[in-house]
Amino acid sequence: MTVFSPSAMGFRTMTKAPKSFQDMILALHDYWSAQGCLILQPYDMRVGAGTFHTATTLRALGPEPWNAAFVQPCRRPTDGRYGENPNRLQHYYQYQVILKPSPPDLQDLYLKSLEVIGIDPLKHDIRFVEDDWESPTLGAWGLGWEVWCDGMEVTQFTYFQQMGGYDCRPVAGELTYGLERLAMYIQNVDNVYDLDFNGRGVTYGDVFLENEKQMSKWNFEVADTDALFDLFNKAEAECRNALDADVPIAAYEQAIEASHIFNLLQARGVISVQERASYMGRVRDLARGSCEAYMAKEKDRWAAKYPEWQA
Amino acid sequence: MTDFLLELRCEEIPARMQKSARADLEKLFRSELSAAGIAPGDITVWSTPRRLALIARDLPEQTEAVSEEAKGPPEGAPDQAIDGFCRKNGVTRDQLELRDVKGRATYFAVRNIPGRAVKEVLADTIPAVIRAFPWPKSMRWGAASLSTESLRWVRPLSGILALFGEELVECEVHGVTSGLVTLGHRFHHSGDITIGHVDNYQEKLRACHVIVDHTEREALIREKAEEAARSAGLTLVQDEGLVVENAGLTEWPVPLLGRFDDAFLEVPPEVIQLSARTNQKYFICNDKTGKLANAFICTANIEAEDGGVAIVAGNEKVLAARLSDARFFWDVDRRKTLEEHAKGLQRITFHEKLGTVADKVERVARLARWLVEQGIVKGADADQAEQAARLSKADLVTEMVGEFPELQGLMGGYYARAEDLPDAVADAIRDHYKPVGQGDGVPAAPVTVAVALADKLDTLQGFFSIDEKPSGSKDPFALRRAALGVIRILTENGLRMSVAEGDLLDFFADRLKVQQKEAGIRHDLIDAVFALGRENDLVRLLARVKALQSFVETEDGTNLLAGYKRAANILKKEDWQGLESDIARTGEEDPLSEVDDPDLTAVIAAKMADRRKRLPELSYEPEPAEKALIDALSEAEPRASAAIEQEDFEGAMAALASLRAPIDAFFESVIVNAPETEKRSARLALLDNFRAAVHNVADFSRIEG
Repeated sequence: MTVFSPSAMGFRTMTKAPKSFQDMILALHDYWSAQGCLILQPYDMRVGAGTFHTATTLRALGPEPWNAAFVQPCRRPTDGRYGENPNRLQHYYQYQVILKPSPPDLQDLYLKSLEVIGIDPLKHDIRFVEDDWESPTLGAWGLGWEVWCDGMEVTQFTYFQQMGGYDCRPVAGELTYGLERLAMYIQNVDNVYDLDFNGRGVTYGDVFLENEKQMSKWNFEVADTDALFDLFNKAEAECRNALDADVPIAAYEQAIEASHIFNLLQARGVISVQERASYMGRVRDLARGSCEAYMAKEKDRWAAKYPEWQA
Repeated sequence: MTDFLLELRCEEIPARMQKSARADLEKLFRSELSAAGIAPGDITVWSTPRRLALIARDLPEQTEAVSEEAKGPPEGAPDQAIDGFCRKNGVTRDQLELRDVKGRATYFAVRNIPGRAVKEVLADTIPAVIRAFPWPKSMRWGAASLSTESLRWVRPLSGILALFGEELVECEVHGVTSGLVTLGHRFHHSGDITIGHVDNYQEKLRACHVIVDHTEREALIREKAEEAARSAGLTLVQDEGLVVENAGLTEWPVPLLGRFDDAFLEVPPEVIQLSARTNQKYFICNDKTGKLANAFICTANIEAEDGGVAIVAGNEKVLAARLSDARFFWDVDRRKTLEEHAKGLQRITFHEKLGTVADKVERVARLARWLVEQGIVKGADADQAEQAARLSKADLVTEMVGEFPELQGLMGGYYARAEDLPDAVADAIRDHYKPVGQGDGVPAAPVTVAVALADKLDTLQGFFSIDEKPSGSKDPFALRRAALGVIRILTENGLRMSVAEGDLLDFFADRLKVQQKEAGIRHDLIDAVFALGRENDLVRLLARVKALQSFVETEDGTNLLAGYKRAANILKKEDWQGLESDIARTGEEDPLSEVDDPDLTAVIAAKMADRRKRLPELSYEPEPAEKALIDALSEAEPRASAAIEQEDFEGAMAALASLRAPIDAFFESVIVNAPETEKRSARLALLDNFRAAVHNVADFSRIEG
């Protein structure tokens, strides 16, 4: 498969026409690749956020440098609106960049990426507004901002301080762009389904509207809840099985699986408020256990390579 | 004298932290300089999102030379001790001086510390200030964060400008080296700006689109936002919090006016204001009639090339999306009645030991009805009180309150009106959380009072019954606020009820003391009245305390208190146990003060009263002053009792006042400790009676002074 970079696409970069959805992704790939990032593909599992990709969570642990960028499809079953809400989707895309250690010019690198996709900072009001990030599920937190463009949040910008309950040594910088929002902004459309997907007449709605309708229905009305409860328990058991066998990456995948099944159960409305905390605790234990096992498996190798480092 | 400029640059500092950061910078700088023997004069601190600046005027060039001496061990002390002393004081052994101290030759270390160049002191001060900076939340970053010992700062620290006079103060912290350059606006200026003198700093930055003085940015936002509203024929809704926040988010603030679709105005104005303010930090405007207008003012951080057209368009779109969400919630929520919404409360746990919110609502509904039926809350319809209570929490499960929790109560009120419930019910739903803060109004409408009171009493009784009481700074269920709410509702509406018993009553008494302190009511007087019968009618308690306070502040009151204390001291000294010691002693002056059991209190009080009535026939001729006190007591005591019965506390105080002259005269001319046993006993019994008469009104032993 041939990947065209924007610069290779001649006429498109010459015109003032806003970038299509796919061109925007290609421009980001091109840009971050030039900054030395690995361009990875999405994790092939259902996740709620790009942060769940092992390229973010597990790679944020330990001393080794790591620079990567990728698109991650995200599933948020309760956000489904049957394709009727112009801003809410149960399936959407995040663009993730992770840079470890965080480079001193991370903000500038980020701002240049906005210019690459067509946002002029002398015409649009770009602001860094305090927004700290926390994921109890992953035992993770960081400080940073939500980045505003003319009052709209377009990116979450975070310096990870802890992951899996461990101090990040060194700290990684994480950028999470909301791709549909950015595209709606750049293309000046009010409805996500009207987004120009490819610059040749295909819209976001052509690609995803039917998926949103069917998946909203399945998430909210159809999914077999007995089967889901069963799947949750099986994922939990399999996670422990993998931990026992000292394959933490496999264990982590089962933690992600359990997390998504829990989200589906929430969307089906079969988890009471009282039970909710207990399920979240179970997912948290799996995710943290996996991070701990990953750390335990790697730490001697890391310590040998980086004498200053310790878990 | 030389001026000093320090600028610490970093990535965007949260707006809410800038005010305390400025104060901390000044405080730390002052304390570091003071420790070095420099008294800094005038200090100015400024902040923007990307920098903290400090200007210290008129610093000396040199610190003054000082001589410090320390006394050490005596001559002949073990070498270890002498060496240790030398190490501690940074001198060698041959530098020690021997001096005579009370006939003993003793070592002294004398250190002459020469004056230091202030520039050097500053070079030490800057890193010390940075390392000690107390950010509420701080972080590590970059390659150095391989070690957890690396510097912590609010966001990555990127530059230090340190200029003393016209010279660089050289220092380095965490790989950041000081320099003479700063940076301008993130987008309006690129490249370094060299600062040659403190006095050029502010203007050079201004030329590069940075207004470094936060107060100037605040003033500019105030002025330009008002101007933008005025030129659109509107009035800005003043919001000082937003002014400060926007000034903390911008280096070059440019207020711009935007519009939203008129159709959104059907949504309650509070919802629009909250969407605009909390989420977007926009000001809102009123039209000429004082109603919310379809306009907002955002504060951009750039002087846009197109005059802000694109920025306004973008912000309009964001607000429109938020308002259409809000309108969607408003529409969806009204498809169900509050009664239907309230069923959802069965799914919400109030507290694991206190059941669901639905359970709580049921208790509150019954209590609200009872408050009306008992005549405690007058003028309310019991059915309405019960209905309002039953619906009071229904909005918690609506979409709107799910999105904007701050609107709880308010939305319930709107939804109640939308389904044509009586105004009294809608108002009660809306206002039943009140009073929330100190300045918040207290409900006065009867139905609202019943629900607001019942809700808080239920919360307090519930948590006290499962032993979840506030302790120290921990008050997770906001029980102090609830108790204060009850106190204000009762006292400001003059509602008469027994508010609580046991621990909860003590808790109310404590809260009452705190609350009344501001009104100038003395806490010891509250104790003095509360100690009597554990008064649980707060209105009556306060009336009595206020009468007592007026009284003890008069000359009669002060003297009577002195007489009381004298009598009590004598009784204590003489170990007076009464004519018949049939009541167990507790070691306190007044056995009643230690009795907490309300049933027993009454029994003991009756016994005491009975005992006191049985004053023996005097076997001797009383002295005139003694006779006068006996007569005054027999007149004053029933008068005070009757007045208290009538809740005429001023009358009770007046009765007490009539004892002042006789007790003064008694102490003036009568010897209590007479040689004759019967005289001594009779006089002690008389003093005991006097003390008891005073106690009828208040426990004067608890009054300070």
